[in-house]
Amino acid sequence: MGVNENLAQFSNVLMYSAIAVYLMAFFAYCMEWTFGSSGAVAKRSADLSIEVLEPAAAGAGGGVALAERPVVVLREGGHDGDDADDRGDVAGGNDRADRIGRVAVSLTALGFLLHAGSVLTRGISVERAPWGNMYEFSTSVALMVVLAFLALLWKYPVRWLGLFVTLPVLTTLGVAVTVLYTDSEQLVPALDSYWLWIHVASAIVSFGAFHIGALASILFLFRQGYERRQADPTRTKPGRFDDKLARLPSSASLDKTAYRVNAIIFPLWTFAIVCGAIWAENAWGRYWGWDPKEVWSFITWVAYAAYLHARATAGWKGTKAAAVSLVAFSCFLFNYYGVNIFVNGLHSYAGV
Amino acid sequence: MSLETRTDEDLARDDDLDRIAVPEARADAGMSTAPAQDEGDEEIRQPQLGVVGWLRWLWRQLTSMRVALILLFLLSVAATPPTLIPQRPVSPIKVSQYFRDHPDRAKIMDKFQLFDVFSSWWFASIYILLFVSLAGCIVPRCWAHAKTLRAKPPEAPRNFARLPAYARWETSADPDAVLAAARGALKKRRFRLNPTADSIAAEKGYARESGNLLFHIALFGILVAFALGSLYSVKGGKIVVEGGSFANVLTQYDDRQFGALVDADNLEPFGFRLKSVEQTFQATGAKRGEPRSFTAHIESWYGHEGKDKSGTIRVNHPLEVGDTKVFMIATGYAPEVTVRDAKGKIAYKGPTIFLPQDGNRTSTGVIKVPDVSAGLKQLGFDAQFLPSAPMDQNGNLLVDPKRGPISVFPSLLNPRLMISGYEGDLGMDSGIPQNIYALKADKMSKFMDGADVWRRALKVGDTADLPNGAGSITFDGVKTWANFQVASEPGKGLALFSVVAAIVGLVLSLFVRRRRMWVRAVEGPDGHTVVEVGGLARTEGGGLGDEVQEFVDALREAAPANSPGTKVKE
Ligand code: HEM
Repeated sequence: MGVNENLAQFSNVLMYSAIAVYLMAFFAYCMEWTFGSSGAVAKRSADLSIEVLEPAAAGAGGGVALAERPVVVLREGGHDGDDADDRGDVAGGNDRADRIGRVAVSLTALGFLLHAGSVLTRGISVERAPWGNMYEFSTSVALMVVLAFLALLWKYPVRWLGLFVTLPVLTTLGVAVTVLYTDSEQLVPALDSYWLWIHVASAIVSFGAFHIGALASILFLFRQGYERRQADPTRTKPGRFDDKLARLPSSASLDKTAYRVNAIIFPLWTFAIVCGAIWAENAWGRYWGWDPKEVWSFITWVAYAAYLHARATAGWKGTKAAAVSLVAFSCFLFNYYGVNIFVNGLHSYAGV
Repeated sequence: MSLETRTDEDLARDDDLDRIAVPEARADAGMSTAPAQDEGDEEIRQPQLGVVGWLRWLWRQLTSMRVALILLFLLSVAATPPTLIPQRPVSPIKVSQYFRDHPDRAKIMDKFQLFDVFSSWWFASIYILLFVSLAGCIVPRCWAHAKTLRAKPPEAPRNFARLPAYARWETSADPDAVLAAARGALKKRRFRLNPTADSIAAEKGYARESGNLLFHIALFGILVAFALGSLYSVKGGKIVVEGGSFANVLTQYDDRQFGALVDADNLEPFGFRLKSVEQTFQATGAKRGEPRSFTAHIESWYGHEGKDKSGTIRVNHPLEVGDTKVFMIATGYAPEVTVRDAKGKIAYKGPTIFLPQDGNRTSTGVIKVPDVSAGLKQLGFDAQFLPSAPMDQNGNLLVDPKRGPISVFPSLLNPRLMISGYEGDLGMDSGIPQNIYALKADKMSKFMDGADVWRRALKVGDTADLPNGAGSITFDGVKTWANFQVASEPGKGLALFSVVAAIVGLVLSLFVRRRRMWVRAVEGPDGHTVVEVGGLARTEGGGLGDEVQEFVDALREAAPANSPGTKVKE
């Protein structure tokens, strides 16, 4: 099996194009934030909270009313979705900003296509899944971050995430093309197993999605600061970014988004580790050997499990949960960059 | 801060629910956090707390989820030192290197078993405690859940309007007909029902707790599997040179890590002979020299009778014999030399295992020659082996200015053996086992070439005479060795099974939503039937409103509303 050099070259060109388009998207999101106005959200949510008290859906035939007590159960999610607080609105009713925001999303989608094309052609050029070294792994993870964002965007109004998604994507890709880049090559024999592909694929998807969870947690912390400042009557001077933070969804909603993403992905991450263990059993005769990579996967897993427990059983919402979620994500980051580059283990990738 | 702290909001909600006649909610809340914390605290304050009381308190603490999580966290912290400190079972050579570099520190660290963390007493105590903790929490929860499963959904609260989701309308349909329709619709939605005269209570989502229990039991299973593995696993390494063989008996292992309860006299009776090792490397491009394939051709046997079977062992494709697997995890070169002593007697002949030092297989090794003719000094050689030595146009060896002679490709394109030698006492008779990869040179003197150290670079077939007629060394050829890892891990099946169960349980416990729904239909004062529907989400997650709405819509056919719904003001 050789390497199709032309195709490999083409993959690189696509990658640079994708980066350029993501950069444009990034600037467009920035402009949306800059031009958007902050007044509209607050106003609209005030309107709505009055509306909610009207007999709901009176025209819908049955005259059915669902009484809502102010308990979270009914107010979350895109479905019960008239809740502007839960939605966030970067443009805030400014038409120009809204148009730029739409352009930003289109650019993100275009960047995604180019990016996907690059990953795909890279794989075809070596006739294997394109996850054989850190360059390929990084570009695929970034692809999954964008995919997770676009998938969320499909169902929920999460355009406010755009700016914060393009940031780690650009960073990851930048590091990938400059520091981690390696030419298309065949694999070292130990990496040549289908369990590996399943393992790596699920790890990539998990890692990508955990990015979104972590972003939501970070935004939660900022937004919570904002809400505290708003609630504090003794404060007269607004915070520096308060007009921007006003356009994020409510902190409760951000907290929930983080929980939802992390909870959905946790089983997949568990599965990824298990496949890794099966692969290790096939390759080295032991399914768990406390190799640094394994140790750090385990730590990451425990950290996310602690997060879910804290949320589900201990009622740790808000700041503490966000902190645990960020610690867990840092463990993941360390497991990827730290362990691969600085620690010597069996899991050293071909050409870091 | 205690993990069991519930937020005020939660408490408020629970209390409210209690008032709305959900008697079971209390019991559940108690179950899903730790056995009540305050109780324990009170007991501490009691002056005469008997031994039993103390033990009970300790047990409560140990089986609380908070402690379980702390133990789990400790376990993961305890697993980090091996990221930084070499471990004996994995890299014994690095450990002895560490001992040489930092003798004092290493001795202290060794006291705390930091070079073999995963068999240390403190690591074991963490997971044994975790084990007990998990068991102690699973059993009561299973019991409680079994009771819940047999119990009926709690009856309708008097005041529906306080429920988080609520609907009310009037219809001219008969109350019984409405209730019958409701029963059908709830059944279809897989609720469990508890009908009474004028109302129905329904609940679903029991699989959440079942899944959660399954998950925790599965964790227990994984721990058992790990324990089995560490008690009964056979793991060991053996380097075999082409032409050599391995039989599965204790003495054949170079290094081994047997579980505490392994019967070392009755290992699986098999063995194999290594015929040849085939390896290929990337020949061009930036990754030139990276391994592409390794194949060991072998003949294996099982038991005493039976024929030898030929086969191969490749990376990711072990040899499987009985319950044991044999993996190939590394390869390297073993230069073959013949050493003659001063009297011309062949004092050493054969391959010597060299250890690769870099990706291009620049390898180092030592050749110890203790069996010289009587009266002569023993010989020793420090050697470096280059499978592909770089040459300049004139056929001279190119030497890297920093690293000295190094190989430029991992396969045998231009093999060279670089040696320097010693004579004296190898110190092998002292009875202390020696590292076969290092020369103990304190009682030996180096061969000199005038003022310089005596060195030679040999091609295959070359012979070098040692200084002062001390003998000669001939480089006969090169063989390849392979490092095999023999492994049998009982508990593997259990681990896999548990882990699959754990994932299933996890998915259920994260994604199944627990819901209660109540329907009441009674005749109102004006002769119309008043229908009320209430919903309560027992777990986090959205969609309660949609779900109740959807159910209400389904009821509309049997109970058409003849007045607009009434909104209840708080
Ligand atoms: C004594 C030990 C433990 C107790 C009493 C306990 C208790 C519980 C309870 C009651 C829940 C259900 C939460 C809910 O659905 O509201 C839960 C969920 C869970 N437990 Fe544990 N647990 C223990 C140990 C562990 C351990 C060692 C792990 C290992 C990581 C673990 C992982 C989980 C996970 C991942 C969930 C799902 C979280 C969720 O439902 O959102 N548990 N545990």
